[in-house]
Amino acid sequence: MAWDWQVFCKETTSGDVVASCFGKGGDITYLDWMLSAWGWTLSVAALALVVAMFAGSLMGILRTTPDKRLVFIGNAWTELFRNIPLLVQVFLWYHVLPSIFLSLRGVPSFVLVVFALGFFTSARISEQVKAGIQSLPTGQRYAGLAVGLTLPQTYRYVLLPMAFRIVIPPLTSESMNIVKNSSVAFAVSVVELTMFAMQAGEETSRNIEVYLAVTGLYFISAFAINRVMLGVESRVRVPGMIGGKA
Amino acid sequence: MFKSPLSSACAVAVGLLVAAAAQADTLAKIKETGAISLGVRESSGALSYTLGDGKYAGFHYEMSQRIAADLQKQLGLAKLEVKLQPVTSQNRIPLVQNGTVDLECGSTTNNAARQKDVAFAMTTYMEEVRMAVKANSGITSIAQLNGKNVATTTGTTSVQTLRRNERATGMDFKEVFGKDHADSFLLLESGRADAFVMDGQILAGNISRAKNPADFKIVGEVLSVEPLACMLRKDDPKFKAAVDGSIQAMIRSGELAKIYDKWFMQPIPPTNTRVGLPMSEATKAAWASPNDKPMEDFAKK
Repeated sequence: MAWDWQVFCKETTSGDVVASCFGKGGDITYLDWMLSAWGWTLSVAALALVVAMFAGSLMGILRTTPDKRLVFIGNAWTELFRNIPLLVQVFLWYHVLPSIFLSLRGVPSFVLVVFALGFFTSARISEQVKAGIQSLPTGQRYAGLAVGLTLPQTYRYVLLPMAFRIVIPPLTSESMNIVKNSSVAFAVSVVELTMFAMQAGEETSRNIEVYLAVTGLYFISAFAINRVMLGVESRVRVPGMIGGKA
Repeated sequence: MFKSPLSSACAVAVGLLVAAAAQADTLAKIKETGAISLGVRESSGALSYTLGDGKYAGFHYEMSQRIAADLQKQLGLAKLEVKLQPVTSQNRIPLVQNGTVDLECGSTTNNAARQKDVAFAMTTYMEEVRMAVKANSGITSIAQLNGKNVATTTGTTSVQTLRRNERATGMDFKEVFGKDHADSFLLLESGRADAFVMDGQILAGNISRAKNPADFKIVGEVLSVEPLACMLRKDDPKFKAAVDGSIQAMIRSGELAKIYDKWFMQPIPPTNTRVGLPMSEATKAAWASPNDKPMEDFAKK
């Protein structure tokens, strides 16, 4: 089977090859379309990651507090969102919730999928943040309280700075996962890379070229996150702690 | 035995080439192995669909069974094992090319791009892309869809048809994409979309299975006409002639018309509902002068 990379220079309605590979004046080539789809993938992933980090950190912290009710809320949240398959959650957000809460009908599917993916990942992040906090010696918490800090202050100044440093590696994995998991957005009509691959493959009959290109973009996106997080990790390293040279 | 990954990769590649060369003559392969592999679809409307449990049904499915029976007669085989291989839009062409599937009769459009990779038998069904709307919506033409939400299914040619229409008429549809036909129909049913643009027989099938079929109707002009045909390996004229011969004989004897009636006009399993789609003029014309012309030859220029 011969390669045909010209396929990306084709115009998407007429199928004519555009010389520069980028369409002009309203013409859209498959390359243009793929880059825009990549943009959607990154947008979904980035916004979902913000949602996941906030919700996940909050729930993870609640699960380590002395208050039983807060622990229950954190546990319930985590179990709810990690025991339902991601695709099912996306459909719940898109089809089921809007039929119960009519006001959700006007919300774009992009926003719904950001919340679906964000909350799903938040359950995993909550688990990691909890593990990070619990890995610290209990003496640190007591020491913080003993010097007169309130509980929130103890978290802010004593526990979380260390806990977050410890869980950077698993958080890196989650951030990379969220890029790959964002492919479920195709199911609710977000024109991201997976949808592009299915659609452009069908239209051009060059499935292999299209999927190879899309695979490359997913790899680049996830790997870039990996490199950035590695930089963050070495930058915030505390001498004498795990991995930090004294 | 192999000294390096490279040499073993070469050995595998040579093996594949030999296998590919051996399969160039499908009739000889069928005769030798006493088996034919038919590609089937899980859900291509009444053309080819699964009843679950490894059983398949539909107009093109039944036709392919008859073709297999004709091939068996022609080759003088006492017994022919018919293997069924489910395929998807994404894998059907590679599977035909690499010999996993000998004949794929599902809902594959015969177009010029695909003719570079595979060959097609005589066109047996002319698909007309149309739109389904809610019966009380008052929409009767594509021209009324400006600014409206229009549903279609990801990974189908209808998406491109819709885009071409938008381009040609200067209208602005808000496209919503279902991940499969059932999903797209749900978008129409739940009011997220005002119209569902898709192959006519798929629309008819979905409407017939809806909770209340009278709530929906198929309206508007034909947006695109696509010849659907069985797909087979390229450069195998003997096999193509045998398949075409079988199809032409079925058209002449009226057998194919009977099969059409059975799947499109009579109640069909699993729910025993009627698709209720009389044969289109385009399909009649295709049967009257059997041909394997690609979609591009039918497009209005």
